[in-house]
Amino acid sequence: MIQEPLLDVRNLRVRFETPRGLLRAVDGVSFSVAPRETVGIVGESGSGKSVTMLSVLRLFPPLARVSVSGQVLFEGTDLLRLSEAELREVRGAKIGMVFQDPLTSLNPALPVGEQIAESLRTHRGLSRGAARRRAEELLELVGIPDPGRRADDLPYRFSGGMRQRIMIAIAIACEPKLLIADEPTSALDVTVQAQVLVLLERLQRELGMSLIMISHDLGVIAATSRRVLVMYGGWIVERGSVEEILERPGHPYSAALTRLVPDLDQPRDEPLVPIPGQPTPVVGHMPGCRFAARCGYAMDRCREETPPAVALATEHISLCWLSADGIRPAPAPTPAGGRR
Amino acid sequence: MTAVPAAEATAAPLMEARGVTVRFPVRGGVIVPVDGVSLQIAPGETLGLVGESGCGKSTLGRALLQLVRPAAGRVAFMGQDLTALDGEPLRAMRRHMQIVFQDPRGSLDPRMAVRRIVEEPLRVHRLAGPPEAARAAREMLALVGLDAIYDRQRPSQLSGGQLQRVALARALVTRPKLVVCDEPVSALDVSVQAQVLNLLIDLRARFGVAYLFISHNLAVARYISDRVAVMYLGQIVEEGPTDTLFARPRHPYTQGLVASVLRPGLEARDRLGAAARLVTGDVPSLLQPPTGCRYHPRCPFAQERCRTEAPRPEPVGGGQVVACHFWREIETGTARLRSAAAGAPSG
Repeated sequence: MIQEPLLDVRNLRVRFETPRGLLRAVDGVSFSVAPRETVGIVGESGSGKSVTMLSVLRLFPPLARVSVSGQVLFEGTDLLRLSEAELREVRGAKIGMVFQDPLTSLNPALPVGEQIAESLRTHRGLSRGAARRRAEELLELVGIPDPGRRADDLPYRFSGGMRQRIMIAIAIACEPKLLIADEPTSALDVTVQAQVLVLLERLQRELGMSLIMISHDLGVIAATSRRVLVMYGGWIVERGSVEEILERPGHPYSAALTRLVPDLDQPRDEPLVPIPGQPTPVVGHMPGCRFAARCGYAMDRCREETPPAVALATEHISLCWLSADGIRPAPAPTPAGGRR
Repeated sequence: MTAVPAAEATAAPLMEARGVTVRFPVRGGVIVPVDGVSLQIAPGETLGLVGESGCGKSTLGRALLQLVRPAAGRVAFMGQDLTALDGEPLRAMRRHMQIVFQDPRGSLDPRMAVRRIVEEPLRVHRLAGPPEAARAAREMLALVGLDAIYDRQRPSQLSGGQLQRVALARALVTRPKLVVCDEPVSALDVSVQAQVLNLLIDLRARFGVAYLFISHNLAVARYISDRVAVMYLGQIVEEGPTDTLFARPRHPYTQGLVASVLRPGLEARDRLGAAARLVTGDVPSLLQPPTGCRYHPRCPFAQERCRTEAPRPEPVGGGQVVACHFWREIETGTARLRSAAAGAPSG
């Protein structure tokens, strides 16, 4: 039996009007998230991974000239068709978000307890006292010691890791069905990162949430998600289980990602294989594959025709002419005694 | 004079720092971001300096170059004590030691054409007349992979990766003996990081330059460094040859750091849980550094002694040095876990 998805994004397109032309930030993206599932989205800046998530809640900068099309079905309702007032009921209450930098997301002049209580009073109609008590419980839940006292502190009194825990407390205050975490640990120290990721996983389990984990770091995705979407140039270029993407990547970009950053498990003399050039925004009409200009496998066809979606295994799909020809990019070098 | 260990006697160090201490007055007191640090860098060697935010690694890099003057300690470089130099003599040494910052957009003059940016150190140090400087700048730009078409462009027209190439060309144009690279790839997209790292390695081979490679990213530091020093709250807690240090980290902090690096492998999920158990709490404030061993509030092996007595750096063989009272016990698995007397971890 197929489970009804909690979130079902269909053919999402997000375009920004810029002085240089129409920027195709997200160009025909479809994916779904099942209840209680974690889906990872990996990509570099400009890949469209963050814009995809911002468009789910229509959180665009106020002056952005943006056009959005497609469907964002959440519990069967198309969020793109909701009024601003209706959408406010969803934001924070049914869908929570955690961003990279807690300092810019928190109000610096308001005690953290009040920032948590605010959401509870707005969405849940709790009294001042009840909201305060719940805020303290939430601070305790995310691992802030002495929450009764710390609830009165301003954000600057907390370390970066603690501030991110507070952001998480705000995001889960109304027990959302879906939590979107956009690079939640990228601004944190490495020893704090593991603690915050473990916290997110525990809360997801205890509250029965779905989680979308967005990161440029394949390590973060591998540690948290079972299913991965790889984004490049506004497209999902490959999707599949973590195992499939790491071990048997079909798309040259995914294959390159695994050899791009130094890995403690790899021999030190194993050279990094960079991707030439840099990610360029897709402005105006761009025929062929978005990755073709940087791809070592690119053929003439790749520059002319949109690549097809090719199923490589169950739920493993690669958007690539190479895959259509049944060719896999060279696998990542296997570290000595490393991966299974 | 004290005896020099055999391994280090072979080559005189290019730079040798002893007891370098930096103090900054801040509201509410004085912070000591670098507290009695000693290190050596051999000619042509890359020393990785790793640690988390606020550990003092960037300040140490600046203090070595006298961009921040140390409050105590000495920095010998090419046979001179930099801390005793000032004015013109210090300025004259700068052509031999350069720095590359994390954010090239913030460190390169946005109004200056790229070629002028690279020429500038030659003119400042009066190392070349205008035609030679222009030629040297073009050669350097070609070496970092920027074609002649970029000569006249300004920083705003270049990408982050291209700008970091310009910063490297500028740093190397005077043929320095040492370049401090302060998080040189941290602001770049992952696909561009590898290009710049490989370029740093090529340039090192070509010019025989030594790097102090400062990074919060352990895997990046491991990839490029011959030796690695680990810093925590203003002090070096462990250092050693790269392969040894990563294969057998002895200090509990280094062990925690290494375990915390998430790797894109299939065991990533299991490792995540193990890492979260190994290191708890946040980095404490430099305003109130913990007594004794500064790592004791977060250390799973902390004992009463760790709270009261600061451990001294101790050679453990193979060029590895560790500052921990209990490294032997930890190594043999006989270390006791944190006692209640040492206090609970806090954030």
